[in-house]
Amino acid sequence: MSDLLPYPPLDPTTYDLIIVGTGVPSSILAAGASSSGSSVLHLDPNPFYGSHFASLSLPDLTSFLNSNSLSPPPSNTHDFLSVDLVNRSLYSSVEISTFEPETLEQHSRTFNIDLCGPRAVFCADESINLMLKSGSNSYVEFKSVDASFVGDSSGELRNVPDSRGAIFKDKGLTLLEKNQLMKFFKLVQTHLASSSTEHDETAVKVMSEEDMESPFVEFLSKMRLPQKIKSIILYGIAMLDHDQDNTEETCEHVLKTKEGIDRLALYITSISRFSNAHGALMYPMYGQGELPQAFCRRAAVKGCVYVLRMPVTALLLDKASVRLASGQEIFSQKLVMDPCVNIGLESLSSLTDQQKETLRVLVPKETSSKEKIARGICIIRGSVKAEISNALVVFPPKSLFPEQLTAVRVLQLGSGLAVCPPDMHALYLSTVCGDDNQGKTAVLSAISTLIRPQVPEDLQTDSIAENDTAVTKPVVIWRALYVQELVKGEFGGEISSTSSPDGNLNYNEIVESAMKLYEQLMGNKELFKEETENTAEEDDGDGVEIED
Amino acid sequence: MHGRPRKAYKPEEEAASASKAVKLRSLQTQFMSNHHHKIYTKEAIDLSTKLLEINPEAYTAWNYRKLAVEDTLSGEESNQDLVKSILDEELKVVESALRQNFKSYGAWHHRKWVLSKGHSSVGNELRLLDKFQSLDSRNFHAWNYRRFVVELTNRSKEDELKYTEDMISKDFSNYSAWHNRSVLLSSFLARKAEGFMPNEKIPEEYKLVHDAIFTDEDDQSGWFYHLWLLDQTVNVETPLLTSSWPSHARCLNDSSSSKLTTFCSESGSFPLILYFDQAVGGVSSSSVAVDSELRGNEDLVWEPVSNKNSQVASVWVARLNYMSSEPCFPKEYKVKVRIGNSPGIVSSRGCNFSTPYEFVFTAHVHDTVREDSQEVIVSWTDGFDIWDAQSKDLNFLVNLDQQMGLKWRQVAIEEEIELFRALSDSKIGKLTLARLLMAKAMISESGVKGVHYEEILELYSDLMVLDSSHYRYYKDEHSVALLHKVTSSTASLSRHLFQYRDMNNSICLRLNNLSLSRIASVEKLLFVQMLDLSHNELHSTEGLEAMQLLSCLNLSHNRIRSFSALDSLRHLKQLRVLDVSHNNIGEHSVDTTRYLCSSPLSNSEWTEDEVGRQMPSLVTKYWDAYFVLRELNLKQLDILGNVIAGDEFSSFVPQVVPKLVWLDGQKLRS
Repeated sequence: MSDLLPYPPLDPTTYDLIIVGTGVPSSILAAGASSSGSSVLHLDPNPFYGSHFASLSLPDLTSFLNSNSLSPPPSNTHDFLSVDLVNRSLYSSVEISTFEPETLEQHSRTFNIDLCGPRAVFCADESINLMLKSGSNSYVEFKSVDASFVGDSSGELRNVPDSRGAIFKDKGLTLLEKNQLMKFFKLVQTHLASSSTEHDETAVKVMSEEDMESPFVEFLSKMRLPQKIKSIILYGIAMLDHDQDNTEETCEHVLKTKEGIDRLALYITSISRFSNAHGALMYPMYGQGELPQAFCRRAAVKGCVYVLRMPVTALLLDKASVRLASGQEIFSQKLVMDPCVNIGLESLSSLTDQQKETLRVLVPKETSSKEKIARGICIIRGSVKAEISNALVVFPPKSLFPEQLTAVRVLQLGSGLAVCPPDMHALYLSTVCGDDNQGKTAVLSAISTLIRPQVPEDLQTDSIAENDTAVTKPVVIWRALYVQELVKGEFGGEISSTSSPDGNLNYNEIVESAMKLYEQLMGNKELFKEETENTAEEDDGDGVEIED
Repeated sequence: MHGRPRKAYKPEEEAASASKAVKLRSLQTQFMSNHHHKIYTKEAIDLSTKLLEINPEAYTAWNYRKLAVEDTLSGEESNQDLVKSILDEELKVVESALRQNFKSYGAWHHRKWVLSKGHSSVGNELRLLDKFQSLDSRNFHAWNYRRFVVELTNRSKEDELKYTEDMISKDFSNYSAWHNRSVLLSSFLARKAEGFMPNEKIPEEYKLVHDAIFTDEDDQSGWFYHLWLLDQTVNVETPLLTSSWPSHARCLNDSSSSKLTTFCSESGSFPLILYFDQAVGGVSSSSVAVDSELRGNEDLVWEPVSNKNSQVASVWVARLNYMSSEPCFPKEYKVKVRIGNSPGIVSSRGCNFSTPYEFVFTAHVHDTVREDSQEVIVSWTDGFDIWDAQSKDLNFLVNLDQQMGLKWRQVAIEEEIELFRALSDSKIGKLTLARLLMAKAMISESGVKGVHYEEILELYSDLMVLDSSHYRYYKDEHSVALLHKVTSSTASLSRHLFQYRDMNNSICLRLNNLSLSRIASVEKLLFVQMLDLSHNELHSTEGLEAMQLLSCLNLSHNRIRSFSALDSLRHLKQLRVLDVSHNNIGEHSVDTTRYLCSSPLSNSEWTEDEVGRQMPSLVTKYWDAYFVLRELNLKQLDILGNVIAGDEFSSFVPQVVPKLVWLDGQKLRS
């Protein structure tokens, strides 16, 4: 950012809302606010859309991960009402290894690698609803994730039998297990059907109130489901992170039956939502970075002004304005900041308590959440499962090694999604962790079960002779390991902030918090409400229609 | 198609359909006029095309097109191009009709007709079918047509079998696919094609259907297929001899030491009974060789014992004469029966009896001076003593041992039983388990213990309570199982055998008070001469016809509703004593379940015999009683406690049965 190009000054200079950072929640806010008629300025210090949700080439990704606490040049005019802002990095323990530089060089332009992987969306996700509602769906094309598996330390991947047809075809379940699992699914379906017609007094209550409040894992036991199936449901379908069996230690993470059933309902409705999708999960072509971009495009159509490579360097408290890196001052009553922006330590010391209150979301805190997310990215040659390109693999807690506290999710994506060259796959891994070491250990353990390590040339022949099964495993070409801090978005009146990527597979929690923030900012206006009501009338508008 | 709710019509849709109907009617009128005047011009044919496009169900129009095609092509058979173009046009019309209504019988039939002309490409048909079947994979018309097309092509049956597998793996609720699979496999199994030996292929099929049943036990398709497989496992295609009377190495005797084998005959002959496991034809003196020292039996007449006038039956009987040899002193005659050495016996499915079997017995002929038993009334209430049977009297009850590759069948059934115990919470699970346990009983080698009859009975009792709409079926199966249990061992059977004091200590089989609704296991009871079935729930005597030695039968206190339900008794030439008191005879003149039996409508001879001439009105009124009774040589009949009973009927019966001595306990002649 040292060679800032001279910027033409922005016009107008006053907006209803200024948003900094183009991540998923920020983009949803921008699209929502613009659609409802507000004037919005959307800025991003980076030269690309998406912030921490972006999909990048390998060099860009590497430099983004390594860009540590980049502070813009301190403003010369030490105006006492000006508060300097710094960009903080969310990443720690970044470790990048390149095993075949020539191969990567050859294909340098064909990678679209997600910063926030592994991430996929359920067909029935709220994020998809929002895309359809806002019309941003027309900018993205999704493809189905072909299969999902549950793995363990043996390296064997077992299908997740998630539908009637899948249970029928599954080779790993015994007949009795098939019977029990299908019975359970039917129970859930009956429950969902009866709760959707809850006004009907005659509807039979399939599950009692008491059941709904009990831990989900206990309910599964009550249904006499064997351990193997419980594990598939908890981690392979409900996508839980924390070990549900050790309830004393991790009490806060125990999922209630009610929530568990909601997660199953999401999965079940996802499978049948789109006739041309053949599974519950899908992934956007060209990477997850397409999602924030789609919302941004939608916002732009509705009049939102976009400026990239434009950090905000200071807040001018008395003027209700911000100073851009270009030096221009822009006015707005409301400001929404990226989660990595903080008040510079120097400025902080000179603030009054009242000012601190106004700026509370930007005041650096003692790590607000104990949890972090350890992520891994591997570019591999070959596939973790023969004949399958796009797949999700879940390693439940304790499945890799006894001390593994949380589930490790792995998403493999192929060239069909335009994220990597042919014959290669992008492999994303993540796990929720308390500290960097613990998280990285779990991620590395998953990597070593799925992937053949790179061995020096002279040793290669020996190892192949030793272990034939290793030959079928894919080889790693490039690898990144990093731990990401978890920052929750906050509403702070004039100044608010959005969330960082979380440890989930989908965007549900991020979307939920963005919708809440939108309501708070816009005074309970429904997000994209106007779109659904007016599409019929304004068909002369911009030509974007909601497609189902 | 399946699972699509019907929508109610909106007013504007109704108006549209009304105007469509007007158009259709005028089209129909024009078409009918063309049809009647045999007009086959291009315009006339186009009119029928239009009609069929709107209404593919217009069957007359399809027939008209057939006539039109025949008309156009007459004399032009050599013009290949013309023939092809005309037939292709027909295929096009059918295709568009099918798009309109995929389930039009007329359209599918027309397509078959065109294809059978042999001028059209069959490959196209398979492509079209694939398209239709991907739209509605369960449509039975398409599957039917598929079988027809496959017959015409040289597409291999293996490919078709694979196709059913693919369709099943897409959606295992596809009953049509399972059905087609059973049709294809039947032919493979019958041919014993390579890779399709029943002992290898059937267990494989069980594995496939298990996945479907265990995944969704509420889906019927898998259960149907399982039932078919069970049938393939239990039933051997080739007919087998189940039992005979006399059985092997028996002595026919009238000395009191061996009650069960003594037989008194007035006619100077005794029956020879062959009981097969399925209906067979072709039993004759040439297919069954009987060598005996008894003279006058060179050309034995074998008769099928069947209620219908067919030449196919599972029970066949011949009468061996012994009086013709005229000895007045005791003598022993050896009789040797050989079946299956020369061909001729064929099952109704066309399989040859191919397991030669022979048995030998000895007939001791005595000229017994009998006290005149004609005047003695048989009472069913007393005079019965527990019969202390000796095992040698009973050991002939052991089945004929016919090894037909039973091992794999037993193993398969045993595995199924183990597996399905897990699903015995549901109705269909209970029923299947009961069927499997019965199958195990049927294919167990004789004398094998551990058949769980108690469990079978309990399952059917549960089902009667759980699923009352099928109560009668479960009740019948319960009765069958109970009779299997009774006849399964000499010990259990002997508990039901009693000595009847008044008739020279005859042995009576008493199966009373068992709430039986059906008769079964008759093949093991061919020896019975006196049978007590009172106080049961029988609706009919079907099955008893095989018991050719039966002379006394008690059916009192049952649920028999008409004489036509007793139709099978007409085969029992030895029957002298019949008690049908306290039934519901007369409640309905025709037993609706047995509507195929003789009726005055199907028979004209009845007016011509003597009784018919003398009292035509009573014969008309009691025609079903008349038909049964006139064929029986009864000496004693009890009919009290039925709707039909009364003075009028009591006066009618002796006319029909002139030899009757006792009617309802009253002596008719002094």
